[in-house]
Amino acid sequence: MRGRNIKKAAYPYILWTALFVIAPMFLVMANAFSAADGSFTTANFARAFEPIYLAVMWRSVELAAVCTAICLLLGYPAAYFIARLRLKSRGALLFLVIVPMWMNFLLRTYAWLTILEKNGVINSALEFLGLPKLNLLYNSGAVVLGMVYNFLPFMILPLYTVLEKTDGTLVEAAQDLGASRAGVFFRVTLPLSLPGVLSGVTMVFMPAVTTFVESNLLGGNHFILIGNLIEQQFLTVYDWRFGSALSVILMLIILISMGAAELAGGAGEET
Amino acid sequence: MERFIDLIKVSKVFSENTVVLDKVDLYINKNEFLTLLGPSGCGKTTTLRIIAGFERPTSGDLQFEGRSILNLPPYKRPVNTIFQKYALFPHLNVRDNVAFGLRIQKMDEKLIKTKVEYMLSLVNLAGYGRRRITALSGGQQQRVAIARALVNEPEVLLLDEPLGALDLKLRKEMQLELKHMQQELGITFVYVTHDQEEALTMSDTIAVMNDGRIQQIGRPEDIYNEPKNAFVADFIGESNIISGFMPRAFVVEFSGASFDCVDKGFGENSPVDVVIRPEDIKLRPAEDCRLKGIVDSVTFKGVHYEMIVSAPDGAKWKVHSTKQAPAGSAVGLRVGPDDIHIMKSGKLGFGETTGGG
Repeated sequence: MRGRNIKKAAYPYILWTALFVIAPMFLVMANAFSAADGSFTTANFARAFEPIYLAVMWRSVELAAVCTAICLLLGYPAAYFIARLRLKSRGALLFLVIVPMWMNFLLRTYAWLTILEKNGVINSALEFLGLPKLNLLYNSGAVVLGMVYNFLPFMILPLYTVLEKTDGTLVEAAQDLGASRAGVFFRVTLPLSLPGVLSGVTMVFMPAVTTFVESNLLGGNHFILIGNLIEQQFLTVYDWRFGSALSVILMLIILISMGAAELAGGAGEET
Repeated sequence: MERFIDLIKVSKVFSENTVVLDKVDLYINKNEFLTLLGPSGCGKTTTLRIIAGFERPTSGDLQFEGRSILNLPPYKRPVNTIFQKYALFPHLNVRDNVAFGLRIQKMDEKLIKTKVEYMLSLVNLAGYGRRRITALSGGQQQRVAIARALVNEPEVLLLDEPLGALDLKLRKEMQLELKHMQQELGITFVYVTHDQEEALTMSDTIAVMNDGRIQQIGRPEDIYNEPKNAFVADFIGESNIISGFMPRAFVVEFSGASFDCVDKGFGENSPVDVVIRPEDIKLRPAEDCRLKGIVDSVTFKGVHYEMIVSAPDGAKWKVHSTKQAPAGSAVGLRVGPDDIHIMKSGKLGFGETTGGG
């Protein structure tokens, strides 16, 4: 009886998913495989594998990977540090991690624009000190900076959740068996936190590889990632079929990278 | 036997002024099986954690072979611990758990393999090396924990209620196995438990703790037969503890009668606590005895019956006997001079009957 009621409670979500997730996916698929006259074709995909588009895809994956790596390197120590604090201070620091997310993501990126631009905060300061101005904007560094800034909380939170639950007696057991602090970390704490690393990597890599806001605002008009390419196909060029094919490829890229990450994480757990 | 581990006036005060250990003096001989026995919160686990190095005493000193090791971190102490909940590493399989300490010592992998295999066969887990920890039963996990500690050949093994999570039958088996291993390998064991039977079965020496102090330390037989105070008598085995009065040496009065006893040295006309073990009381016809009462209840305990006998003065006596007297019948209680243990008057009130775990 209870089970049935719970099942009924899930109906709205199932309906939602069917309408707004599954149906659009089929539409995208259908578009991706159709020619202008509506007949079946793989030409859209063939076009996507032209060198110019491959370069865009490669750049997207590369930048997303760099962004994910930086988030991991910054986020792990932060999460480790927060998880080891007393309860009160933990709450305060987690709050600071989350607070930027209260503001719209677009606005936060615009804020970076004003900091980095030619007459922005940094260059004004440099000028004041009599130093030459720097070209901080419209390069891949600025794009990665924007992505790291926006996605870092998605790395810290899952890592914190896992690290906070680390069993203190396992740490003591490792010390008891002769492990120094570094030994405890590399032999126990780090391997046990791999599930957190995995979800953090997933939650950062996915939005990073699909983003078009950072590349648009901080990378400039000529800085094209796969996200921008898709956006252009739908909103500027009105080639929905090619845009759909690119979307399908992007989904495959995500699927494959997540599969690889899952495998790596699983293998770590087996040994 | 030589003095091996020395705790000298060790105190531990946690914040908010909770005194967990109060100037504990304790020494442990080489190859000794010493048990710290007491109720939860008595300070036994804290004592163990201080020896292991996980806690630092507020004051006092801890010495190994005459040298203070207070400033040695846990990983540099010649001890290994078996934790209450085993604390096995869930990300490693059985073999890698056991090999953990040896790998840290950077021992040759071939040698590690031999040692791990030997240790696993010693704890009856040969062939389990590749199993995941989560795929093992509680008893098997317990054995892995023992193997993981012993493979490092520690000079001292610290055990924190290691059998607490096992069922009775397995616990009994493991008690014997642990004792056997301790004798075989010649390692000093410091064992923490709240189970008095376990302590009596396994130990060379028992230190009974309560309220952060050692109440009594000695051989199991001495602790059981000659408890030093009412707490020990109550905690070890089951006891009838009642208030009494000693007019002079070798004579004690309680429950309105006078009895011969074998104790002296309490001074003349002094109040005392009288402890009588339930199994030392013999049931006789009421008219033959000075202590008598009505049987309140009879409980079958397996080897014996436990009867609660109400005396006319309100005292309730716990009696263990292989023969049962039916509830409601009038019985006499006979105690010999050897069965009466006298101790300094404590806090327990008149006629209270209590049983230890």
